[in-house]
Amino acid sequence: MRELKSIFNFMKGSKFIYFLSILSIILATFFTVVGPLLIKTTIDSIIGNKPIDSEQLAKLINFLGGKVFLKNNIWIIGIVLIILTILRGMFLYLKNTLSSKSAENTAKSIREELYDHIQKLPYEYHVKADTGELIQRCSSDVETIRRFLAVQFVEVGGSLFNLIFVAYIMFNLHVKMALVSMAVVPIIFVFAFIFFSKVQKIFLEVDEAEGRLSTVLQENLTGIRVVKAFARQSYEIEKFDKKNSQYRDLTFKLIKLLAWYWSISDFICMMQIGAVLAMGSLWAAKGQLSLGTLVAFITYESMLLWPVRQMGRILTDMGKAIVSIGRIEEVLEEPIEILEENHEKPQIIGNISFRNVYFGYEDKESVLKGISFDVKAGETIAILGPTGSGKSSLVHLLPRLYDYDSGSIKIDGIELKSIDKKWIRKNVGLVLQEPFLFAKTIRDNIKISNPRLNDKKVFEAAEAASIHNDISSFDKGYDTLVGERGVSLSGGQKQRMAIARTIIVESPIVVFDDSLSAVDTETDIAIREALNERRSKSTTFIISHRISTVQDADLILVLDNGKIVQEGTHETLIKEDGVYKRVYNIQSSFEDNIEEVNI
Amino acid sequence: MEEMDHNEKINFSFWKNFLIYAKPYKKYFLFLALVMIGVAIIDAIFPLMNKKAIDSFIVNKTTVGLNSFAIKYGILVLIQAINVWFFIAIAGKIEVKMAYSIRKIGFEKLQVLPLSYYDNKAVGWLMARMTSDINRLSETISWGLVDFVWGITMMLSITVVMFSLNMKLALITLSVIPPLAIISVYFQEKILMAYRKVRKINSRITGAFNEDISGAKTTKTLVREEKNLSEFTELTSEMKDSSIRAVCISSLYLPIVLLLGSIGTALALNFGGKAVILKAISYGTLVAFINYTIQFFEPVRELAAIFAELQSAQASAERVFSLINEDLEIEDTIEVINQYGDFFNPKIENWPEIKGEVEFKNISFSYKDDEKILEDFNLHVSPGETIALVGETGSGKSTIVNLLCRFYEPNSGKILIDSVDYRKRPQVWLHENLGYVLQSPHLFSGTIMDNIRYGNLEASELDIIRASKLVNAHDFIIKLENGYDTEVGEGGSLLSTGQKQLISFARAVLRDPKIFVLDEATSSIDTETEKIIQDTIQKVLKGRTSFIIAHRLSTISNADKILVIKKGKIIESGNHSELLSKKGYYYRLYTNQFIEEKSNIVIDG
Repeated sequence: MRELKSIFNFMKGSKFIYFLSILSIILATFFTVVGPLLIKTTIDSIIGNKPIDSEQLAKLINFLGGKVFLKNNIWIIGIVLIILTILRGMFLYLKNTLSSKSAENTAKSIREELYDHIQKLPYEYHVKADTGELIQRCSSDVETIRRFLAVQFVEVGGSLFNLIFVAYIMFNLHVKMALVSMAVVPIIFVFAFIFFSKVQKIFLEVDEAEGRLSTVLQENLTGIRVVKAFARQSYEIEKFDKKNSQYRDLTFKLIKLLAWYWSISDFICMMQIGAVLAMGSLWAAKGQLSLGTLVAFITYESMLLWPVRQMGRILTDMGKAIVSIGRIEEVLEEPIEILEENHEKPQIIGNISFRNVYFGYEDKESVLKGISFDVKAGETIAILGPTGSGKSSLVHLLPRLYDYDSGSIKIDGIELKSIDKKWIRKNVGLVLQEPFLFAKTIRDNIKISNPRLNDKKVFEAAEAASIHNDISSFDKGYDTLVGERGVSLSGGQKQRMAIARTIIVESPIVVFDDSLSAVDTETDIAIREALNERRSKSTTFIISHRISTVQDADLILVLDNGKIVQEGTHETLIKEDGVYKRVYNIQSSFEDNIEEVNI
Repeated sequence: MEEMDHNEKINFSFWKNFLIYAKPYKKYFLFLALVMIGVAIIDAIFPLMNKKAIDSFIVNKTTVGLNSFAIKYGILVLIQAINVWFFIAIAGKIEVKMAYSIRKIGFEKLQVLPLSYYDNKAVGWLMARMTSDINRLSETISWGLVDFVWGITMMLSITVVMFSLNMKLALITLSVIPPLAIISVYFQEKILMAYRKVRKINSRITGAFNEDISGAKTTKTLVREEKNLSEFTELTSEMKDSSIRAVCISSLYLPIVLLLGSIGTALALNFGGKAVILKAISYGTLVAFINYTIQFFEPVRELAAIFAELQSAQASAERVFSLINEDLEIEDTIEVINQYGDFFNPKIENWPEIKGEVEFKNISFSYKDDEKILEDFNLHVSPGETIALVGETGSGKSTIVNLLCRFYEPNSGKILIDSVDYRKRPQVWLHENLGYVLQSPHLFSGTIMDNIRYGNLEASELDIIRASKLVNAHDFIIKLENGYDTEVGEGGSLLSTGQKQLISFARAVLRDPKIFVLDEATSSIDTETEKIIQDTIQKVLKGRTSFIIAHRLSTISNADKILVIKKGKIIESGNHSELLSKKGYYYRLYTNQFIEEKSNIVIDG
């Protein structure tokens, strides 16, 4: 029951509302069960001539003017009945709104906690995360819990009090009749419970069949070009038809089972009412039971049976809620990053030194093996090397997306690990190779780090990133929405957007992680020129395979297998044997060729 | 795309048209209606049974006839239980059958709609039409009928019974019905709208989670956690408020209905009680009246609910039928179909063989937004020639291929295949002779074998292996644990892009097509695989008319003719060396890429 404990934690904030809503349930049920008693007394003792058998009701009747007076003024009873109903309605209303308020509060805090927790999970968690599965947990699992709290919890409570009140009144009215009336309650409850637990499996099968149907549909729609080019329309229709009819048959199988359930349980319940009527008539004919009591029993019987039938179903649904809570717990138990641990917020200028830095992902082999170099503030460092050489890992250490295993990285003389993650990330602008844009306008995306920036800054950044012209060509310009509901940008446009939103904040350290790979050479050059003009203060890291991009750097590092195999400037490196020279030679020899052709 | 709520009023003529789709189930509908009439009548009879018991046994203090009464009661219960089974089963049957067949019609339509239909529609949007909209429609129709017939019959029966029991008392108690009906209609609509709003916000929350999860890495680098959370909190607060508002509206309804019901009961008790004292009516009649006042509100509520649901189902239905009734745009003429057949009944025996001569004659074309992509475009390709198209995004090279494949048809001008306008042939004839490889290879769930066989459903395993060997896919396939029986996952997600690309090559080769189209087909393959593919392409294209669109110029340097397209015009044409010596656009493109590719090769070793 660890799950229940954790759900109680979420409910804590609305404890008082939960208490009030339970109180409302009790009061609503109370006023519901009192009504039939009043009708019984009216039939037996006011219209009829029997003595009133309940002390409280006798007091009430006396208060209202006594039997004889009421006999001539039955409307007074009617008014009391209406007042009772108003009270009942009031508490029903309170019960529903309060329980929904508390459930919504709880759901809100679960949602927010999940959201915040997920965005604070470490970088490596997100590298490996199964997005679809995680979204499912955040949406349908939260919904299951919300329903449990808002509907099921309340209904089970209501049914329970209903059962207690009705049973109490029944036994007080007539013990033998009460026993007859309650006869099927356990049977119907067990029947409902067993049925719905068994039928879970088919519910699941139907869900799966629906899933298969949508998979075929989705694959067909996303691949409609292939379908058309291969003239496979008939084949696709046949494939779809198979899934479509499977889904149809399974759903019908489920519906038929439900038909059996409802008809059998209806049969049992109606027979129960019949039994009450027959036995009641028998005893009433013998004078052991009053007419009013029988009428009350019949009314109570229908109040009793429905909730009991629902309960079996709700209890099986509650099983789902437990599973959902468990699945959400799993996410929340993943340890998050602590963004502010030492509250160390030094002024960052941009001098960086790496000393014998080692780093590996989890327990795997190190990807960086003893990296050492120094950079002065405002310098540009270019890194090149084969895929898997550790280039990206190296720059990911700077904003502390990962922490190095050994060695030392100092920023302006301060050990990187002692600087708060939040602070260092604010000071390191990292442009990822496959950047993510938010579902906002282009303007909001560019000033995403600081919404207070003015339009002039936004335009400048967009121009520097060579994206301004693209944006201007959209109908709504900077107000164009990005993403599913707006335009879909090309890979190169996304990269340039990411550059714009990074340079707009003018961080002391900027990292371009192969972030111009989808941009053509000419635009690449234009962007670099624009950056050179702006980049007076920032220490800049550039990862690129393009020699032309890296040749102006103050320091060029060639990485291979986690080690620096060459370092220097363009001038020194082209004099050394190595990868850099070879790459350079290809380029220059080709340029020679061009010149040859030119001649 | 925003959902449109153009369902202010129930549109009866719309639903009349809908009847065409309900026609096959006429028998079921009739039977269901009969069953529901039965259910409602029996429901209305039960209070009469109470009355009978009270009047004959209790008031008279006798048990004579109690046995036969009990048996009658039992039979009534049994009939009702059987009724219940039938109405659930039949309504269920109508629901699933109707959903099945509308979905089928929709899917068939989707297969023949032109690609232009898909241009401005998200897959998710179409999915929603085909799943939830169709579900809601068939659900509302079948279960709506259940509630409708039951509600009407129930109200009628109760009214008839009440009037036959006591006219005056019936009139008095039934006076609460008109306000009950008005309030019910008002509330049911409000309730539905309130919950629709909740659902909308809910889908925005799911969207926010989606962004939270897929954008988490970016969030970290931008240190946007706090702002994200505060934006999200706005959404959750909105969600909470609108949920509570919806609950407030819907839980206001029940007390009001109960209140009106209790007024009915009070009226029955007062006037009926007096009548009992005056011996004008029996005890049983009084009790029956009290029972009916409690029973009455259920059918009224149901009817009001159907009214509201029908409005929302109408929005779904309109979306579904606008899909089903969409114009085809590209359609084979009757004469063509009569002679050559269509997608579903091709008359292959009548098909002329394709040689592969292609000619674009004075072609003009624009997509929906009227900007001309091609204007007076001409091109002649001899059988077996390889044509490469080069140019920037938006230059029109993809359009040329789209027109060639007849995914779109030209606005003016003609495309001739073997000197005959392709509109004089069925689409299926061209497509059956087409080999097509896309930039982002699309595979279907199933095994590798299934996916290659997609190219030619009659192909034997041997053919498939031969095709795989031809495109150099065989080696990696047999290295996989289950070889050709390896599942590729949804959309091929279990394979790398390069592997998917090779399989899509094999799939196209297996068709042995006369016309081959490579749409940026090699851009997602790593350099090494590309080298392998290079030879393959030469082998594959031999003897076929082929069109290649590629970013990587190395892929196209062997083409017979390279066309550089700019703004819908051919600005340069010739073979590789001719174009290089021209030192124009192609030359610049080639040198830039050459540097890049060579550098990559050296760096990556």
